[in-house]
Amino acid sequence: MRTTLLGEALPDAGWNGSGPLVEVDDIHLSFEGVKAVDGVSFQVSNHELFAIIGPNGAGKTSIFNCLSGVYRPQGGAIRFLGNSIINTKPWKIASMGMARTFQNIELFPNMTVLDNLMLGRHSSLSYGFVSAMVRVGKAERIEAENREVVEAIIQFLELELVRKSYVAMLPYGIQKRVELGRALAMSPKLLLLDEPAAGMNTEETEDMARFITDIKRELGIGMILVEHDMRVVMDLADTVLAIDFGKPIAIGKPREIQENEDVINAYLGKPHAVVETHMESNL
Amino acid sequence: MSHLSRFTSYKHESAIFPTTPQRVWLAILIVAAILLPLFLVSLVDGRSWLILFATAFVAAIGAIGLNIITGFAGQVSLGQAFFIGVGAYTATALGSPAVLAADGSVELIGFDLPMVIWLPAAGLVAALAGVIIAPIAFRLEGLYLALVTLGLVFVGAHVFRNWTALTGGVGRGREAATLSAFGYRFDLDSQVLGFNITREQQIYWLMLVFLVVMAILAKNLIRSKDGRAFAAIRDRGVAAELMGVNPTKYKTLAFAISSFYAGITGALLFTITGFIEPTSFSLLLSIAYIAMVVIGGLASIAGSIMGALFIILLPKLIDLVFLGDAIDLVMGWIPGLGSESGEPPLTSAQIERILFGVLIIAFLIVEPLGLYGIWIRIRNYWKAFPFSY
Repeated sequence: MRTTLLGEALPDAGWNGSGPLVEVDDIHLSFEGVKAVDGVSFQVSNHELFAIIGPNGAGKTSIFNCLSGVYRPQGGAIRFLGNSIINTKPWKIASMGMARTFQNIELFPNMTVLDNLMLGRHSSLSYGFVSAMVRVGKAERIEAENREVVEAIIQFLELELVRKSYVAMLPYGIQKRVELGRALAMSPKLLLLDEPAAGMNTEETEDMARFITDIKRELGIGMILVEHDMRVVMDLADTVLAIDFGKPIAIGKPREIQENEDVINAYLGKPHAVVETHMESNL
Repeated sequence: MSHLSRFTSYKHESAIFPTTPQRVWLAILIVAAILLPLFLVSLVDGRSWLILFATAFVAAIGAIGLNIITGFAGQVSLGQAFFIGVGAYTATALGSPAVLAADGSVELIGFDLPMVIWLPAAGLVAALAGVIIAPIAFRLEGLYLALVTLGLVFVGAHVFRNWTALTGGVGRGREAATLSAFGYRFDLDSQVLGFNITREQQIYWLMLVFLVVMAILAKNLIRSKDGRAFAAIRDRGVAAELMGVNPTKYKTLAFAISSFYAGITGALLFTITGFIEPTSFSLLLSIAYIAMVVIGGLASIAGSIMGALFIILLPKLIDLVFLGDAIDLVMGWIPGLGSESGEPPLTSAQIERILFGVLIIAFLIVEPLGLYGIWIRIRNYWKAFPFSY
C-alpha cells in the first residue's frame, strides 16, 4: 500500500506568491433592505487558519458566497492571489484555486465517491472532448494520473471502503468527509470550510478537526472556517473574526475573542459595539 | 461481482468494460447481432425485419445523442427532430446528384459526394446548428428550454416544407444520399467471396458498425471529465460551477455533441428507404426519441439502444400480436370502439401512438430507470442466485 503524503500527491496546492492570499476590503452586500454583509474587511495569509464566527444569520455564508463569486457585493473589493475577483465567474475563481465545502452538503448524489473527487480534479484535467471520446493516449494517461491523486486523498480521509459507493447512500458524517475530499482534489490555494463539524457527534468532530489540522500541516494552505462548534474554532483557528448582523464585532486571537464582552453580548442577543476592522487591525 | 475483480492498475480498472464477464457477454451479443441477418434472411418477411433492425440501430444513435443532453446533462430537449432534419438534408444535398429542370436550371441542390464526406458533414452541420442555438437555449432551463426546442421543431418543419430547392417540397420529396464508400455500393445486392449478400443485409451490418462506433465514443465521453461535468451540472448546477465547471461551456458541448449524433442519425435514417419526405421532421419524431430515452433508461447508453430497438420494433410487434381479426376482437370489448362496418377501429399506427403515450407514463411511474433498470434488476437477481440478496 502506498503511503503518499497529501503534499506529495497535491504538488500544485498552496501558493508561493508573496502578500496576503485573499484580501477582503470593506464589502457590502444587501438583498433589498436587508444588509447581509455590511462593511467587513479582513485578510488571510498562507498557512493561516482564519475563522469567522457569529450567531445564525450573521452573514458568514454570505461572505463565503461573495468570496467564491456566487454573490456579487455591491461595494468593496476582494483580491485573491493579488487579483480582483469581484467580477470573476465562480468557475474561474474555483479554477484559480479557491475550493469550498458547503453548510448543507452539495455533493453530486448520483455519482460515486470516486467520481465526486475526480470532478474536483476537473480544472487539472487538460484534455479535450475529442480525446475523451477516442480515449487513447492522452485522456487515458491523464485520467490514470489524476486517479492516483484522488486515491491519495481517499487514503488521507480514510474513504477506501466507500470509494465506489454512490454518495446518496452514505451516512451524513461520511458525506461531509467526501465533500472535504472533493475540495482537496481541487488542489486549493485557499480552502473555505462552511461548518465542517455541523451535525456531527464528538468522534466525527474530532476526526474532522484532525483532518483540518493535517491539511494545514501538510499543504500549508490558507483556510477560512465558519463553525459554530467553539471548541473546534478555539483549538484550530489562528485568527477569529466575529460578526453580527453583517457587521464585524471583533477580530483577534481566539483567546481574545473568547473573552470579548461584545462577542459574548452578540451571542446572548444583548446590545454591543461594532468595530472598524481595517486591514491593519488584522494581526 | 466487480469489486472482487483484481486490477493491477487504475488504467485497467477504469477501462470501458473492466470485468471479464462484461467483455464476454458483450462479445456474445455482438457476434449474435452480426450473425442475425444470416438467419433473418431466410424468413418470409426477413427483409422487413432486417430493415427494421437497421432503422433501430440508426435511431439508437439519435437516442444516445438525446440521452447525452437530456439524461446526462439534464437539459430537456424536444428539438431532436430538427437536428435530425438538418443532418438528413445536409447529407442528401452533399451525397445525392443534383436534379436539373427541363430548362437546365438546378431544381434540387446536389453535389454527389461520397459518404466519407456527407456523413461527417451531416453531423458537423447539425452540431453547428446546436452551437448557434445553445446560447439562446441555455438562458432558459427546464420547461422553458423544452418550449424553445419545441419551437425549433416548428421552425424547422416550416423551412423544410418551403425550401423546395433543398427538400423537393411536400408530396414530392427527394432521394436520400447514396450509401457508397470507396466505390462500394451498400444499397445494392452483391456477392462477397461467392456468397450472395442482399441489400438489406449490407445495410443492417453497416448500420450496426456505425452504432457500435458511436456508442463506444459516447460511453467514453460520459466516463471522462466531460461526462462528469455533465452529470454535475444536472445534479447540482451551482456546486458544479464552484468546482470549476464552466456551465455554459459544458451545456453547449452537450448540446453540440447531442446534435452531432442527431445529424448522423438523420443522414443515415433515410438512406435505408432511399427517400426523404419533408414532413418527416415533426414533433411526433421528437416524441418518439423522448420515448426511446425514457423507456430505455435516462443516463444510460445501453438503455438508449434498448429503447430505440423497442420503439422501432414496436409496430412490428403490434402487428404480430394484433393479427387481423384479433384487433377487432380486442377493440370489441371496449364500449364505443367496436366497429359495425368490419373495418378495424384503430389502425396499427394509431395503436402505436397510444402505446407510446401509455408506455412513457407507465415507465415514468413504475420503472423510472427504464428497460436498463429492468435489466440491472434481472442481472442482480442472477448474480446472487439462488439467494435473494
